[in-house]
Amino acid sequence: MTLTSTDLLLEATGISKTYGAVVALRSASLAVRPGEVHALMGANGAGKSTLLKILTGAVRPDGGTITVRGRQRTVHSPAEARRGGIVSVYQEPALIPDLDIRSNLRLTETPIEPFRHWLNELGIEDLDLSSIARRVPLASLRIIDLARAMAIEPDVLMLDEITAALPANLTERVLAAVGRERGGDRSVIFISHRMIEIAAVCDRATVLREGRTVGVVDVTQGSEERIVELMLGQIVEDMPAAAERTSDGAKASGSTPRLTARGLSSSERLNDVSFDLQPGEVLGVVALEGQGQDELFDILAGSQRPSGGELLVDGSPVSFRHPADAIRAGLVYVAADRAEALLMQRSVRENIALPFTTRIRQWGLIDLASEGRAVDAAVAKLQIDTRAGSEVRRLSGGNQQKVTIARWVAGGVHTMLCFDPTRGIDIRTKQQIYLLLRDLAEAGAGVLLYTSELKEVQLACDRAIVIFGGRVVAEIDVAEADEPALLRAAYNLRVDAPLPEDVAGEAVAEVVAAAQGSTGAGAEGARALPVSER
Amino acid sequence: MSAVSGTIDTERARPADALAASARRNAWNLALLGFLAILLVFTKLIQPSYGVPGVQGLAISVLPLALAAVAQAIVVLSGGIDLSIGSMMALVNVVAATQMQGRSEEFGVAVVLGVLLLGLALGAVNGTLIVLTRVPDIIVTLAMSFVWAGCALLVLPTPGGGSAKWLPELVSGSLGNEWIPKAAVGLIVVVALIWIPVRRSWLGLSLYAIGSNRLAAFRSGVSVGRTRILSYTLMGLFAALAGVSLTASTGIGTPVPGPYTLLSVAAVVLGGVSLAGGRGSVFGPILAVIILQLIRTDMTFLDINTNFATVLQGLILIGVVMIGSLVQIRASRA
Amino acid sequence: MSGVASASGARNAWLTGAAWRALFRDRPMIPLLFLLAILVVVSELARPGIVGPEWIGVILRAAVLLAILAGCQTLTMLTGGIDLSVGAVGSMAGFVVASFAAGAGWPTGVVVALIAAAIAGFVTGIGVGVFRVHPLIMTLGMSFVILGLANVWQLQSVVTSTGVPREFRSLGSQAYAEVVPFSLVVFVPVAALILVGLKRTGYGRLLYAIGDNPIAARLSGARSWQILVVLYVISALLAAIAGFLYSGYTNVASVTLVDSAVLPSVAAAVIGGTSILGGRGGYGGTIVGALILTVVSSLLSSLGYPEAVRQVLFGAIIVAVAAAYTRVTGET
Repeated sequence: MTLTSTDLLLEATGISKTYGAVVALRSASLAVRPGEVHALMGANGAGKSTLLKILTGAVRPDGGTITVRGRQRTVHSPAEARRGGIVSVYQEPALIPDLDIRSNLRLTETPIEPFRHWLNELGIEDLDLSSIARRVPLASLRIIDLARAMAIEPDVLMLDEITAALPANLTERVLAAVGRERGGDRSVIFISHRMIEIAAVCDRATVLREGRTVGVVDVTQGSEERIVELMLGQIVEDMPAAAERTSDGAKASGSTPRLTARGLSSSERLNDVSFDLQPGEVLGVVALEGQGQDELFDILAGSQRPSGGELLVDGSPVSFRHPADAIRAGLVYVAADRAEALLMQRSVRENIALPFTTRIRQWGLIDLASEGRAVDAAVAKLQIDTRAGSEVRRLSGGNQQKVTIARWVAGGVHTMLCFDPTRGIDIRTKQQIYLLLRDLAEAGAGVLLYTSELKEVQLACDRAIVIFGGRVVAEIDVAEADEPALLRAAYNLRVDAPLPEDVAGEAVAEVVAAAQGSTGAGAEGARALPVSER
Repeated sequence: MSAVSGTIDTERARPADALAASARRNAWNLALLGFLAILLVFTKLIQPSYGVPGVQGLAISVLPLALAAVAQAIVVLSGGIDLSIGSMMALVNVVAATQMQGRSEEFGVAVVLGVLLLGLALGAVNGTLIVLTRVPDIIVTLAMSFVWAGCALLVLPTPGGGSAKWLPELVSGSLGNEWIPKAAVGLIVVVALIWIPVRRSWLGLSLYAIGSNRLAAFRSGVSVGRTRILSYTLMGLFAALAGVSLTASTGIGTPVPGPYTLLSVAAVVLGGVSLAGGRGSVFGPILAVIILQLIRTDMTFLDINTNFATVLQGLILIGVVMIGSLVQIRASRA
Repeated sequence: MSGVASASGARNAWLTGAAWRALFRDRPMIPLLFLLAILVVVSELARPGIVGPEWIGVILRAAVLLAILAGCQTLTMLTGGIDLSVGAVGSMAGFVVASFAAGAGWPTGVVVALIAAAIAGFVTGIGVGVFRVHPLIMTLGMSFVILGLANVWQLQSVVTSTGVPREFRSLGSQAYAEVVPFSLVVFVPVAALILVGLKRTGYGRLLYAIGDNPIAARLSGARSWQILVVLYVISALLAAIAGFLYSGYTNVASVTLVDSAVLPSVAAAVIGGTSILGGRGGYGGTIVGALILTVVSSLLSSLGYPEAVRQVLFGAIIVAVAAAYTRVTGET
């Protein structure tokens, strides 16, 4: 079938957007046909969310054109996009927390009956419309948000990670409902990190990388390879091989662990986590989204108190009431979210020197000379470009992340907790960070590294523990920690089980096939490739 | 703070359930009402002669502050704050007093309508400045409090002016039963006629929405900037009503702003409106104003230095907010 | 504001907009001093011969008072707070001294007043830092409490009409050779402490840090409640010092003496470039801001405009300056 541009429901070309120094989109394009479920793919920071926001009018693009049913449009606000038939369901539900569900429906002028219909369809039957949104669990809110969007039957429905944080039974229902949209004259733009879902419900996929559209792929059997290839682009290659480090493990054993966790638990997310972190070791933590790793790091960093279990630093038990306690015990924390870690309006120097002045006896006059030496050394070690250093917010993302690490390097590292430190930064900086973590370990520090990119494990770690459902389910030596092995473990599958992609794929395929009856083509396409979650 | 949330029509729910649900939502208002009742009984006990004149006096004396509190509540509910309410009241008060002095009774009606429009305009100016300049609302309204107070002084340098006769009569005395003060009826009528329709409309939902979560409201299709301006405009209307009620109760115009701005913030907080926006109603603040005034009255009856009433006002304000945030801190830890 | 607008218009011809914005953003003192200079020139033009040593003395005497109070606002605003209790604390302090002057002597009064102020600041700090009450509400509530207690004190103690001690009067209202006000003896050390404290001490860094990003400060080990309790005590002590000078300046001891200076003190800090959202600003700008406001008042009164015009203009200046800052320092 040949398509002229007027056959397209939605077409965006050459979209660009810059936030200060950060280029979110360089030249993104997207063409959606009527009746298709179109996947929007890309690694973290590729620009998916920005493109989505531009299409719904939440953000104005710097350049590019958007055409809806062949007519060029400028969308100024979500309200306008909604009237034009474009509706988005975001990762954070757009329900007003202090209004009840009925008022939320009135606010978006959503008819109640279709809403109820879709709600039932999506697996929630007994919703009290007068319950306050704040009191409704997150998973239900996302379903409500989705039902509300579907109830007004938009031409283009955009779903951003709709299945994240949903329990399995609701995920089934959602995928089935999305799948049924195929073949009509309306379309769905589907963003997900889960390949199996893409394979199950999508017709085509547009792949973004570093703010550009790098390819459009028909989703068929085997197309996942191509998608992954496009998403990753140039693969990190010239990194120190893992094999040459395996012998280092020997020097660690026998000494007191830097950090020992014994049966740590926290409310519902974290059930029982135990591990030892040896000096001179980079210990990887691998987990799918939301398996308790956030809580684990919060506990280790002193932001949250565990409900059970024991924590030992250098063999002696500790308990933290405040991050300051953890820091004093030598546990320093590098967050993934730079907005959480940096003083955006202050200088690089002040950001790096921040931990030097936090204790009351450090409140007096600052020894500028010695502070300067420590900061300069850290800046040099991390190769931070300080040309725009008078305000950290003017630095690039990679440089900002380096500042958050330099803050701790400047004071000397005993044990470093890194929570996905390479999220959304460029490959060169990533490499520098891996090397730095190795250096720290060589110098005797212990490093705990959670990473959402499974590849990083072999590049930076000595061994890895895998957390699933709040428990450590596997410990893998770096030599065996290739992606398939990690993924298998992350899904909590036995080592001798079939390849995880097959199992996971089959699981979803069954679900989709069951939900769609015999009409769906989902089962055919439901083969997933091992791609890291987030 | 136990918040009272938007009461929404619950036509589908069974009456008993609806009653229970609405009681839950209005828990804070009910608590205030209960406290007020206790306070009234207490007043009667310590001052057996407290009766019709006392209630009349109470109603008239709370009227300006009650309207100011409603005005403040509207902007706070929509996630803002206005520190110029007292100055707006002074400006409206002196404009009304100077224009009505020596004029006919009928002209007085036109003046009142005119100053209400003026209030709308003043509020709209505040809101527009906040939205256009993107300067924090505290700063803009603080600055505008200078501007409006200065304007009031320009209109009338020293207290003076006059009022049409019907205006004081509108709020003094009683209506039908001697226990029903006209001032209270006026307050209820004004709030019922202006706020309740707004509250039930889409605009009302939008006001709560932008106060509750601005991003979610934007994504739900609410025009945040326009709604903020409207909330300030509505605030201006109530501030003007408060200013007119000053003219009505004093019969003259006074160019110096009273303590109404700060007291209105206090009343809003005591009235169960979350300063973060989105939670609460305008009725809680009205009850809070009455309670604060009654406490003051009781202290004079008890022969306690009235200055302790100011101390108590401050302590109540701090205490309520502290307990509120303590509850919140506990909740976030659990 | 007309000064700023015309200045930017004149410079735009040979400076790019971006450069002008960078100047305003990185060196806000330059445009502020420029504005001050323009105002001085306008004063001279409006009333030829008025600008002279004595005029400077008059301006300084008034500006010093405002600058100290504005110091409270600068420090608290850097952390994202505000201190509306400075009026009540300052008035209380001046009044307490006056009430002691006839009996136990004014030095006792000063000690009592400072202790009372410190207690008030401590309570405020606990409320803001530990109970996390919004500073606006907390300081507002405290000002009710302080005002009430001061009133009670007023009724308990007999204050003679000549309550304000002579030493305060000369400190607040007299000047060496009618040019250099004696109040500089108080102000210079105070200002030096604030300036150095903000730039060169660990505590100063932390004020900026918790104002810029409380989460980052916490994750770096800063305990914000300690910082905030100390901050509000410092602010209350500064307010008390300002109250002493006010009572000397006006020769009045009243429990509401300083109230009318609260809003101008916020205005001075805002004009000086301190952001109410925290993390940005400094005391140098605030001092210039206080001078600008004082010169504007003096200019207006020398031209015979009533107080009312001054107020309107003050308000307009604050909005315009704050809008200009927002424009040049905004993210996008």
